[in-house]
Amino acid sequence: MKKIWILTRKEWAEVFKNRFVLFTVAFMPILFTILPLIILSQAAGEISAMGDVPPEFSAYCDSSSGGECAQSFILSQFLILFLIMPVMIPATIASYSIVGEKTTRTLEPLLATPITTGELLAGKALAAAIPATVATWGSYLLLLGGASILLESAAVIAVMVKPLWLLAIFGVAPLLSIAGVSVAVMISSRVNDPRIAEQISALVIMPIVLLMMGQAFGYVMLDQSILLWIALALLIGDAGLLYFATQFFQRETILTRWK
Amino acid sequence: MTEMVFTHNLSKQFGELTAVDRLSLSIPAGEVFGVLGPNGAGKTTTIRMLSALIAPTSGQARIAGFTVGEQDRNIRKNVGILTESPGLYDRLSAERNLGFFAQLYEVEQVSAQVERYLRMLGLWERRHEAVGTFSKGMRQKLAIARALLHEPQVLFLDEPTSGLDPEAALLVREFVAELRQDGRAIIICTHNLDEADRLCDRIAVFKARLLALDTPAALRRQLYGRTVVFHLAQVEPRFAQAVQAKDFVQSAEVMDNKLVVTLDDPDVHNPALVRALVELGAEVRFVGEVRRTLEDVYLRLVRNDDE
Repeated sequence: MKKIWILTRKEWAEVFKNRFVLFTVAFMPILFTILPLIILSQAAGEISAMGDVPPEFSAYCDSSSGGECAQSFILSQFLILFLIMPVMIPATIASYSIVGEKTTRTLEPLLATPITTGELLAGKALAAAIPATVATWGSYLLLLGGASILLESAAVIAVMVKPLWLLAIFGVAPLLSIAGVSVAVMISSRVNDPRIAEQISALVIMPIVLLMMGQAFGYVMLDQSILLWIALALLIGDAGLLYFATQFFQRETILTRWK
Repeated sequence: MTEMVFTHNLSKQFGELTAVDRLSLSIPAGEVFGVLGPNGAGKTTTIRMLSALIAPTSGQARIAGFTVGEQDRNIRKNVGILTESPGLYDRLSAERNLGFFAQLYEVEQVSAQVERYLRMLGLWERRHEAVGTFSKGMRQKLAIARALLHEPQVLFLDEPTSGLDPEAALLVREFVAELRQDGRAIIICTHNLDEADRLCDRIAVFKARLLALDTPAALRRQLYGRTVVFHLAQVEPRFAQAVQAKDFVQSAEVMDNKLVVTLDDPDVHNPALVRALVELGAEVRFVGEVRRTLEDVYLRLVRNDDE
C-alpha cells in the first residue's frame, strides 16, 4: 500500500506539471459548472413565457411552473454530462502517465524496482481516478452553490440534492472513473502515443452519450432504479476491467516491443 | 569469493530470433566485468534477464544468491541498473527523482542517502532544479546515483559513458573504479573498448553467444601471441626467413624497414633472436613490443564469428 501511495504522489507531481494534461483536467469541470448555470438562468424566463409546459418536460415537473420544469429537465441532462467527467479526466491522466513513461524511457528503471505490477497499476489508477472524482464532486458542489445564488426556485435546487443526483455524483462517478482508468491502462499498455491512447480511451464515454441522447429524445428517463442498475453493472464491470488491465500489462512485452 | 552472478545455459528467444544463446558465466563479488558485442548482440537482453526484468526462455541464473524467475523481487532489491537511456522524470527535481526511487527500493534513511549520492556526484547544489534542465552528463550521473541508492550488491551499467564529453566520461570511469572497492559485482556493457580495457577485470565478447571470456591481457595473448618489432638499419628478406625458422616464432614479416615478429614469450626468446640477427649481419637499433589493443581483439573475434 505504501508503494502505491508513493507512486500516486509522484504521478501527481509529474503529470500536473504537464500543461496539456492540466488544461484538460481543469477545463471540463469549469465548463460543466458554468454552462449549466448560464443555461438555467436563461431558460427559466423563456420557457415561462411559452405558457404551457412542453410534454417532454412533464415528467420532471413536481411543481406547476413551466420554468421550473424546464430547469429540472435541463438539470437532468447535465447530470448525465457530469458523468462524462469522471471518465474523460482519468483517461487523459492515465494515458499520459503510462505512455508517458514509455516515451520518456522511465518505465524500465521503474520496473527494475521491487514494485509489483499490481502496485504499479494501482498507483497509476489512483493518481488518475482521485483527481477525476474530486473534480466531479467539486464541480457538483460549485454548481449547487451557484444555483442557490442564481436561481430563485427552491424546488429546482432541491432536484440537485435528490437521491438520484447524490447516487450519481457520489456513487456512480467514482465507479465510472475506475472504468475509465482501467480502459486507459489497457490501451496505454498497447500503444506508444499518449494522444492515441487518450483518443481511444475517450470512446468509453459513448454509452453515456447514448444515454444522454436517449433521454433528450424521450426514449429513456434516468431515474433512481436505472442508476442503481448502472451502479451495480459498473461494480461488476470494474472488477473485470481491473483484472484485464493487470493481464494486459505485460512487463516483458512492453519493455521489448516498444521503441 | 562470493559468487554474485551465475548463469548456466541461459537463453532467450524472441519468436524465431535467438537473442541470447546458452550463456554460462560466473562473476564474483568485487569484479568489474565487461560485456562487449556489436549492436543487437543481446547485451541489453542479458542485463534485463539478470535484473529480473524479462524471463529467460531456458537455462538458470542466480543473482546475489537469488534465482531468476523464482525470487525476482529479491533480485530487484539487490540489483542496481543504469539503463541505456537515463530514464529520469524531467519535470521533477534531482532530489525528488532520487527520493522517489529510494522509497520504492525501501531505503531506510531516504533523505540521507539521497544527499550522500547527490554530493558524491557533484549534484547537491542543483538538487532543487528540474532534471529537464540538466546536461547529458549530469543526467547520466543522476541515473548512476539512482542505481546505487539502495546499495545493491550487483550493479549493471549499460553504456555508462555513452554520449558524454571526455571530462564527464572520465568522472564516471573514476567513480566506477571507486565502486569496485566496495565489493560489488559491476557488469558494464559498452562499445568503448578503451574504457573496458581500463576498467574491467575480465571481459566477455558476446554475439548472442559467448565468443571469448578472459582478462583483457589474456585475450590479447590468446589471439595474437606477443608481437615484437626489431628496428634495423637495413632490413633484408633473409632476416625474416631466418627468424621464421625458429620454432618459438609464430610469424615474422618485414614492414616499413622493421621486422615484426610474433612469438610466445619475448622475455625468454628475444636475446636469441637478437643474437641470430646480429650473426646474420643485421644492425639492431631498437627492440620494442607492440601492444595490441582490445579493439584488435574484439574486431578479430567478431569478424571470425561472422565468417
